Amino acid sequence: MQQIEIEQIELNLLLEALYQRYGYDFRHYSQASIKRRLQYHLAKTPHTSISALIPEILYNEAACQALLFDISVTVTEMFRDAWVYLAIREKVIPLLRTYPFINVWHAGCATGEEVYSLAILLQEEGLSDRVRIYATDFNDVALQKAKTRIYPLKRMKEYSQSYQQAGGKSSLADYYHAHYDSVIMNESLQQNITFANHNLATDGSFGEMHLIFCRNVLIYFNQTLQNRALTLFRDSLCYNGFLCLGTKETLRFSEVEHEFNPFVESERIYQCKYQKPNGSIFNTGQ
Amino acid sequence: MMNYEAVVIGTSMGGLEALRQLLAPLQRNFTLPIFIVQHRQATAEEYLTTFLNEHCVLAVKEAVSGEAIQAGTVYLAPADYHLLIEPNHTLSLSIDAKVNYCRPAIDVLFETAAEVYQTHLIGILLTGANHDGTAGLRKIKHHGGFTLVQQPSTAVAKIMPLTAIQAKVVDRVGTLAEIALFLNQLFPLKSS
Ligand SMILES: C[S@@+](CC[C@H](N)C(=O)[O-])C[C@H]1O[C@@H](n2cnc3c(N)ncnc32)[C@H](O)[C@@H]1O
Repeated sequence: MQQIEIEQIELNLLLEALYQRYGYDFRHYSQASIKRRLQYHLAKTPHTSISALIPEILYNEAACQALLFDISVTVTEMFRDAWVYLAIREKVIPLLRTYPFINVWHAGCATGEEVYSLAILLQEEGLSDRVRIYATDFNDVALQKAKTRIYPLKRMKEYSQSYQQAGGKSSLADYYHAHYDSVIMNESLQQNITFANHNLATDGSFGEMHLIFCRNVLIYFNQTLQNRALTLFRDSLCYNGFLCLGTKETLRFSEVEHEFNPFVESERIYQCKYQKPNGSIFNTGQ
Repeated sequence: MMNYEAVVIGTSMGGLEALRQLLAPLQRNFTLPIFIVQHRQATAEEYLTTFLNEHCVLAVKEAVSGEAIQAGTVYLAPADYHLLIEPNHTLSLSIDAKVNYCRPAIDVLFETAAEVYQTHLIGILLTGANHDGTAGLRKIKHHGGFTLVQQPSTAVAKIMPLTAIQAKVVDRVGTLAEIALFLNQLFPLKSS
């Protein structure tokens, strides 16, 4: 048997161990990305093979957290793809305004940059007092960072440009305080945000949403897991609620494709047309 | 003859024209999938696909995450995403950190393709002004694949092919026309 094939077995065993021991299900993730990141993780340990990591993660929870942190991609930025935020501002917000109360869900929010970006936008549109933002991820380390509201100062120039392109009404600097080489986002932005651990592979719906952001998460999922997450979004959205995916993600070929209409197709913003069966777990209030 | 299953191509500065010259001569019976990383600005997005489609008989498209790999199709890594080849012969995208200051990075495509196709892979590095791609070619060679680079003297930017040659990870050096000929000869036209 070739080395590559043996490595594949090792990888399968490791993922199985993570799943059976902690419930983290990476078995339906893009393997190429995990493999690359595992090599990187391995280089930081005294071990030379993937299988050597297994006993450690089974018996040592901290080792498992370190591995999880290294194999999941939490790279993110503020106002990524500024034109998407512009479309939200110009096309989605006018419709959201018609609701007395608005629930927003950022699924896979990583370290929170995307969440604060939208919070700024909602504040500028005068919706802060009637919006609740749920920001979830299954990576606790990332969530902890998100809660601190602290980001590196050196990225702010780039973010300011994106903020302007996203139709920003003032200056991004109005929303943070710089301190040495870091910035802290204004506390007022966090008032409506609830950060929580939620796993798209295993957890269920937790409330009725008007807007769901899930960007650059599905690209790491295989078709099975994508369908699971998308069905969860469909079940969580109110009728006419919005789903915003990453620029390279699409509902085409998914199981729920026909339950959504493209709203701003180029920006991957979809509108949910799914009528929940009677006895829905949510009281729609509409 | 070697039984090749896929071609990966990496290029940076000067790459648009080099890709045109390399892909234009390819004939319709060229049935290997081709994966390309060309470093570029996010704003030039659609243009590259449209441009190459106009100059090439093979279908050129931007790679979509999860997509099954089709024969005779040219896949481009989208701007700002790494392109990876999965063990089950599908494509995946990632916004993982930049590699060699680049996203998409040539090394990421080459290294993941090398693991999947092993001896059945052809890796090609063209004009470019940085060092991306050399580590990828090394991995392709390590797994028994075949590597070619553009003759540096014919490249708009020599650094990329030159770095690979100096690292001794190159099987053959050629002009764009020679590399195109090499590819076409893998699929000789049937004489009647
Ligand atoms: C690349 S980041 C995307 C961040 C942000 N949405 C953006 O587009 O910039 C992907 C995030 O998805 C999270 N993630 C991956 N699998 C997940 C799962 N099964 N459940 C919840 N979050 C997940 C990762 O922890 C990571 O923070």
